[in-house]
Amino acid sequence: MENKIILQASQISIGYSHKRENTIVASNIDLCLEKGKLIALIGANGIGKSTLLRTITGIQKTISGTVMFNGTNIYEIDALTLAQNLSVVLTEKLPPSNLTVFELIALGRQPYTNWIGKLTAEDIVKVNEAMELTQITHLAAKRHYEISDGQLQIVLIARALAQDTPLIILDEPTTHLDLLHKVVLFKLLKKLTQETQKCILFSTHDIDMAIQLSDEMIIMTPENIVQDQPCNFILKGTFNTLFKDEHIVFDADKGKFIIS
Amino acid sequence: MIFLFLINISLGSVSIPVKDVFRSLTGENASKETWEYIIINYRLPKATAAILVGMGLSISGLLMQTLFRNPLAGPYVLGLSSGASLGVAIVILGATLLPPFLATLLLSSYGIILASSLGSFTVLLAVLAVSHRLRDTMAILIVGLMFGSLTSAIVGTLTYFSTAEQLQKFTFWSLGNLGNLSWTSISLLSIFVAIGLLLSLLSIKPLNSLLLGENYAKSLGLNYKKSRLIIIFATSILAGSITAFAGPIAFIGLAVPHIAKLVFQTSNHTILFWSTILFGAIIMLICDSISQLPGSDFTLPINAVTSIFGAPIVIWLLISKRKMIG
Repeated sequence: MENKIILQASQISIGYSHKRENTIVASNIDLCLEKGKLIALIGANGIGKSTLLRTITGIQKTISGTVMFNGTNIYEIDALTLAQNLSVVLTEKLPPSNLTVFELIALGRQPYTNWIGKLTAEDIVKVNEAMELTQITHLAAKRHYEISDGQLQIVLIARALAQDTPLIILDEPTTHLDLLHKVVLFKLLKKLTQETQKCILFSTHDIDMAIQLSDEMIIMTPENIVQDQPCNFILKGTFNTLFKDEHIVFDADKGKFIIS
Repeated sequence: MIFLFLINISLGSVSIPVKDVFRSLTGENASKETWEYIIINYRLPKATAAILVGMGLSISGLLMQTLFRNPLAGPYVLGLSSGASLGVAIVILGATLLPPFLATLLLSSYGIILASSLGSFTVLLAVLAVSHRLRDTMAILIVGLMFGSLTSAIVGTLTYFSTAEQLQKFTFWSLGNLGNLSWTSISLLSIFVAIGLLLSLLSIKPLNSLLLGENYAKSLGLNYKKSRLIIIFATSILAGSITAFAGPIAFIGLAVPHIAKLVFQTSNHTILFWSTILFGAIIMLICDSISQLPGSDFTLPINAVTSIFGAPIVIWLLISKRKMIG
């Protein structure tokens, strides 16, 4: 049987180490990301979602435990190989520059280009494909500061698609989007995982939508971090442990949070 | 540019027709023998120096602006010129404290080149050591500025205790000079500039990925620490060697990359690299030609010309605060 697991973390602790003093954000985390799955990461503000994403993308080290990527320790993979296998969309702002949308997406091809970064015909095809999939071809010639935050978010996702990696990790990709574009984006991510067998992991606060569309969810609470299918979480009542507030109740029948 | 090169050579306290400049450069005889002598031994090295200085300073400015994501960064943000001035100040202003034979040796033009090289090299080593330890790129910028104020304070103290004659000599150096470079110095300088430009050429791809910020650049497979080291080293070798040979020349490094960005409306470093090199050389040749004050016997210090030219650009940049500049 073909190995479907792309990334696996077993019993890792995440956090920050500073002068031999460790600040642990969360520990005993087990994660498993498989091909063709759309996985949502949810949790309250400040629970450590970004820290977890930074850790499993190799930006930040684990306090203990290892993250295995295709069977190799992620910190031992050289940067270029990793870039060909893992792309990210971050929440940080871009520094000021004159980059056009096309140029920005084309930077996603850097792991494949030569020493001076020249785009081959294949690279340009990939960039155009990424723009068509995300329906932003009409923005190609615009400068990245001329478009709205929501459009920029989609451009950054297109950049990750152009990087053409088996695993894509997105940190809150739906933040700046309106309802229509959120749905369009979720549907696109879903389609990508089904058609291209990519694995996509994203963190989000749109829990209702994540429940409806994702194959699996990872829920972070102060007590533990668990990964399962959304329907099992509903059966177990896990969503009620998400927010420590008696006024927020999860309605299992409707599949959404109710304010009482 | 070739045209400007010829114009530049033809201008000076002795005005030589462009036709004769062209002739003597192509190996034929000029109308007067003295003209040929002036061209080969004085004008040609100076014009070459202008081109090297213009290219080197502009490229190092471009590198710093992208690396520090700061449009006001220039080749001297790392404190290199302050290091060079410190070296020169110690030699010129502190010469009285040294034994006489050593003082004469050091006060020769080679002594001054040596002193400023040592000065900027010391600062370079300090900056490299610090940048190796610091994760934050902005901190390196601040460390560079701190080195700058530290050294200028020492230079200030030295000037306070020195004679008028020494002061004048130091002032002459600090105003920059392309003129009195021998062919040996020119070849040395061109080797350093060539190394610096080559390293910058290798940094084009990393620089482009840095347009997305550090974390995205890393996610694109960039070895950030290594690239940062190469970029800082390239800047240091360019700015350091140029300051050593021609004195601290202001504004070119800051202003030229902006002109290239404005003209070509792009952030793609493949285009910016070549256009910055070209504009750097052209603008430096123009500045040098202006400093000859065509039609008169006087020569303006090159630094005055570049500053008069550069300051309005910087002010205009600050006022217009355009989002695209970066």
